[in-house]
Amino acid sequence: MRVPLTSRPVLLFVVAALVTWALAWALLGAETQLEVLALFCVTVAVAVVAAKMKLDAPVAAAASSHPRALGIACVVGVLALAVVFHEDHFPLLLLCSVLLYITACLGLNIQFGYVGIVNFAGAAFFGIGSYTAAMLAGHTGLPHVLVLLLGGAMASLISCVLLLPVLRTRGHYAALVTIAFATLFRSFLEVNDALGGPQGMRIPALNLFGWDLGADHEWGELFISFYDNYVLFALALAVLAFVLVRRLERSWMGVAMDAVRTDEISAKVYGISIARQKIVAFMFGNLLVGIAGATYGMMTGYVAPNNFTFADSLILVSMLLLGGLGNPWGIVPAAALILILPEKLQFIQEYRFLLYGVVIILILLFRSQGLLPRGIRRYFPNREAARG
Amino acid sequence: MSLDIFSQYLINCLMLGMIYAMVAVGFTLFFGVLDIIQFSHGDVLMVGGFTALVTYAGAQALGVANPWLQLALMVLIATALTAGLGVLVARYLVLPLKNAPPLNTLLITLMMGMVLREGVRLAYPNGSNPQPFPRLLPGGVWSVGGFEARIDSTILLLVGLALITGLHLLITRSKLGLAIRAVAQDGETARIMGINFNWIVLLTFGIGSGMAALGGVMNGLYYTEINFGVGLLLGVIGFAAAILGGLGNLYGAILGGFLFAALQTVGAVVLPMLSQHIPSSYKDVFAFAVVIALIAWRPTGLIAEKSTERA
Repeated sequence: MRVPLTSRPVLLFVVAALVTWALAWALLGAETQLEVLALFCVTVAVAVVAAKMKLDAPVAAAASSHPRALGIACVVGVLALAVVFHEDHFPLLLLCSVLLYITACLGLNIQFGYVGIVNFAGAAFFGIGSYTAAMLAGHTGLPHVLVLLLGGAMASLISCVLLLPVLRTRGHYAALVTIAFATLFRSFLEVNDALGGPQGMRIPALNLFGWDLGADHEWGELFISFYDNYVLFALALAVLAFVLVRRLERSWMGVAMDAVRTDEISAKVYGISIARQKIVAFMFGNLLVGIAGATYGMMTGYVAPNNFTFADSLILVSMLLLGGLGNPWGIVPAAALILILPEKLQFIQEYRFLLYGVVIILILLFRSQGLLPRGIRRYFPNREAARG
Repeated sequence: MSLDIFSQYLINCLMLGMIYAMVAVGFTLFFGVLDIIQFSHGDVLMVGGFTALVTYAGAQALGVANPWLQLALMVLIATALTAGLGVLVARYLVLPLKNAPPLNTLLITLMMGMVLREGVRLAYPNGSNPQPFPRLLPGGVWSVGGFEARIDSTILLLVGLALITGLHLLITRSKLGLAIRAVAQDGETARIMGINFNWIVLLTFGIGSGMAALGGVMNGLYYTEINFGVGLLLGVIGFAAAILGGLGNLYGAILGGFLFAALQTVGAVVLPMLSQHIPSSYKDVFAFAVVIALIAWRPTGLIAEKSTERA
């Protein structure tokens, strides 16, 4: 007896997860332009076939009603990629960057997606984390766990300076505050000699409780790239940030933040302190961005002003928007696509910013809600799932 | 400080202020009619400068040697083409997103700015490096007492002043200006009164972008070089000036432009005199820090926008 595939959500989910993993694996491992191009065609074909067989809706339903399974699948997928590419530095570096950018975007997501503050200085706070890590790890003997935390704390602390203007302004006037800060920060790094000026400076590799993340492992025949260490650490960081952000969204605080974003006056009428929600969102968001930045700096081994320009802040915002504002799940594919595709498409190296701008413009014109738009809040997801 | 150095700083500050004001006026006009920020405006200015440069090369190739004629051609063609570019941006990027969240408009125009920047960098021969801009205005210096100024700078300043005054008269005295102000005040009512909303919006974008092109030519003539990245910083500064003055207000934009130039000059000249540890390269850091402080003090700009909580 044949059972239609659509009535077996578990099987469908597993198949979808495997296909996605295989595509991610092929993309990370692709070495020639032709492979990337072929892969692109295969991806489109898979998407079209899935849509034709009406499999996309059940997959989405299965995924969104079992967030835990989806999360575990993602973690297992990343670990599997880390095992498969254990010898190759470059794919692992990309994987690690994606994980850290996801962490940073999760922080921004609290600001843009939940409480509704615009922050166009994401790369600046990322940079504050990196530079703090560089100064502390290079000039003091502090344990590196503390260095990472202090990197985040510093980003959070410096964002305190912007709190007053951010709280008092709205709309475009609020956008000016962070845009001005992003420009100011970049300009400051360029002219400040103590921070290395335009050349930047080196950072020692991350060392956690005697575990040197910057060292390759070799056991006889087996060679494991040191980036695998960073993948493990960045994965742990991203998962932690993800769980925290999801918890925040599910809590009463998340409800209050949504209320502030959708209608400040009504929120105030219901006794929600707008200032408090905004302060928490701004500082906690920048804390996450700063920690991600500190880890990123220690992974790449150097920091320079050119990595923290206004354009980089825009890339972070584009990830949020491409994924679907307010949906942490959307960040995962968006960050992966935006970071990996330009690296792989070397033949468009010169033209990649141009193409990248055009692609974002097209997305905004034709699918402005992003890849995975945020759904309506479900207050009792478990009960609804049980009811079917 | 001797008088001639003072006069140099003063002229430079006024020149910068003029260019910033011309950019800021565009931001404030666009905000007036559509309540949006057209962030590629700085890059539109850069395109204007490069169009003038191409026109100059074309004029040279055709054997037009008179510098005034060359200049007139450059100004005409750059203004017309750049105004057209502004209209295209409005028609195909800004108007379709009229009902989308403001963040989307901001981002789509920011991305358009990136496309223009990269497009010029890749399309112009050796576009990654600064391009020399021809010196077409008469050189030389005039002086009154110890006060000295270059003739070309003076001409540019006077022309800029005339342009801003002209725009002001256009907005306040002409029928077109009346229509623009009507759309800015209330688009719906303006439509009921028989004003073609889309036409006015497109015209406003044309006028603003044309002003930006003139700013780009002035910028090129003043610095005698132009760079594909010049629009990003000028855009951010113009935006800051427009916001600082109060969006939607023409006087505010002009005030903001000159204020920002004054802040930069103070940062470059006065701060190093006060302390040995602050070199003049901190001028942008200083200017933007003051902008953030000012916006915290006056959250809707120095000349505040009239607004109600619920319209």
